[in-house]
Amino acid sequence: MGKTLFDKVWDAHVVKQIDGGTDVLYIDRHLIHEVTSPQAFSELETRNLPLFRKEKMVATPDHNIPTKDQHLPIKDALSKHQVDRLLENCAKYDVELYGLGHPFQGIVHVIGPELGITLPGRTMVCGDSHTSTHGAFGAIAFGIGTSQVAQVMASQCLLQSKPKTMRITVDGELNKGVLAKDIILHIIAELTAAGGTGYFIEYAGSAIRSLSMEARMTICNMSIEMGARGGMIAPDETTFDYIEGREFAPKGAAFEQAVDYWKTLHSDADAVFDQEYHFDAADIEPMITYGTNPGMGIKIKDNIPEKLAASNQDSYRKSLDYMGFLPGESLMGKEINHVFIGSCTNSRIEDLRIVADYVKGKKKADHVQAMIVPGSKQVEKQAIAEGLDIVLKEAGFELREPGCSACLGMNDDKVPAGAYCVSTSNRNFEGRQGPGSRTLLASPLVAAVTAVQGKIVDITEFLN
Amino acid sequence: MEKVVKVLSRAVPLPNEDIDTDQIIPARFLKATSREGFGENLFRDWRYNSDNTPKTSFVLNNSTYGGSILVAGKNFGCGSSREHAAWALYDYGFRVVVSSFFADIFKGNALNNGLLPVQVSEDFLQELIETVKLRPDTEVEVDLVNQSISFNEFEESFEVNSYKKECLINGYDDIDYLVSIKNEIEAFEKQAVTI
Repeated sequence: MGKTLFDKVWDAHVVKQIDGGTDVLYIDRHLIHEVTSPQAFSELETRNLPLFRKEKMVATPDHNIPTKDQHLPIKDALSKHQVDRLLENCAKYDVELYGLGHPFQGIVHVIGPELGITLPGRTMVCGDSHTSTHGAFGAIAFGIGTSQVAQVMASQCLLQSKPKTMRITVDGELNKGVLAKDIILHIIAELTAAGGTGYFIEYAGSAIRSLSMEARMTICNMSIEMGARGGMIAPDETTFDYIEGREFAPKGAAFEQAVDYWKTLHSDADAVFDQEYHFDAADIEPMITYGTNPGMGIKIKDNIPEKLAASNQDSYRKSLDYMGFLPGESLMGKEINHVFIGSCTNSRIEDLRIVADYVKGKKKADHVQAMIVPGSKQVEKQAIAEGLDIVLKEAGFELREPGCSACLGMNDDKVPAGAYCVSTSNRNFEGRQGPGSRTLLASPLVAAVTAVQGKIVDITEFLN
Repeated sequence: MEKVVKVLSRAVPLPNEDIDTDQIIPARFLKATSREGFGENLFRDWRYNSDNTPKTSFVLNNSTYGGSILVAGKNFGCGSSREHAAWALYDYGFRVVVSSFFADIFKGNALNNGLLPVQVSEDFLQELIETVKLRPDTEVEVDLVNQSISFNEFEESFEVNSYKKECLINGYDDIDYLVSIKNEIEAFEKQAVTI
């Protein structure tokens, strides 16, 4: 029997198997940030353990940093303390660090790929659930807790039970106005927020193949929102073209040799998955969420369901009450006061181009506060080089400095209690963007149209 | 890590489904650099009003209920990988979380911190929630050695990875083991496909 892409990469990293179901899995690259690493460094200190492979680690602050005036000292004392701890720990253990102001700084899941750290066939972890993003390159990448961060620091390995495999195939041509974000929100709405738990997903099919690397990252990023540990896409020419020439990618003959290996990283024709789903791209339309988990999504034009098969009526009601919506209601015409474009899901150059392209020559609605936060210093630099900053400014968008920002509201970028925010981020949990905030997840295009219209509309009527 | 063998306690019912780690511990409380003290902000926004007064309707503010076992609706711990969620539950005093379904990363984090996730059938969960709501003094027993959970006349067995079970019973953690096989890891590195 053939092997899946996942099996090929996993099996190549098993140091040994212990006790039946548990593998010692070798980790090729470990990304760290300020929030989930301090206790792991403390763990090494308490146990008097050295850092096993410092050259396989990269650090950057992203979660709780301000997105304004990054050249000034961080005002919030707790945030400053946490970022300072990262700097101290990296200095002490000699870990590569891209601190504030460094040209490579940014959201961990944006900088890994753009620096060529993320490569096909690698195993990658980070103390952040959206590490699944890197799977877009055919890597096995998943989020871990802080105890596991310490384990990787101490041994470059993790003890893991091998997850089950799932393949999600999306075939066909995408409809007008449909982006990668709509594909993944559609899939999660169908499979539910727990539908992928226990699985590692491979995304396949002609619609997936047709996507850019940025779009593939958006898809893999949200695998965790259906509970899956990760998602991956077999590398192809699009992948190789993206990687070639990146800062830390193999160069010259080494690159050619790597490509030869990467070409073997695909599921064999006779590989068997534990679970398979098929979607027709023609069924996917621009999406938006109306509830408090990412599985609560609908086609923008559809009404909110009367009830949800996956949820008991009490939980469903609580969720809608929190959002201020009624079962069966339409979202069309709902006034929106906040639009956030950013996060590891949608803050790459392609996302900024999509927004700029739509808002060029238009103005955001007066009552909307529109914030756009690039994923990294490199994305910011590229946006400025292309003049996107001017287009966005003229449209009334505020372009901030890189970081996780209002995706999780650890810094000052929060949505006020009770306010609605159409957000390109990945989670619409209660209070995610600030206590009492109400988040509606959508694509950068839906977010851009919403900012201009000031309310939820059927975006397909507003596209050229 | 503290050993876990058997827990006999009253239980706290929290039947909401899809309780995510942002509810367990909101992101704005993740700025600490130690593991201690997160219990204070466990379920912060469900537990307290914006002026920091307790929300009387929330179960943790209802003195009728107590104990070290939390009983929650399905898909508990979904969302962020923050281990702070497991730390907060433990710091507050919980030693067991019972649900009909757990998110993967949360489950792993809990096991790494001596907080036992007990996955039961949906029927058993509903029976337990209803019983505890009606009779808050009901004692629930969780026995890790025999992998069983029981209350009144009801009993169910639960799954736990045999390696993690040994760790919990003996108070070991993964890091001890991984450091002990350093030579094997180095040998693996020498023959691994390197890119």
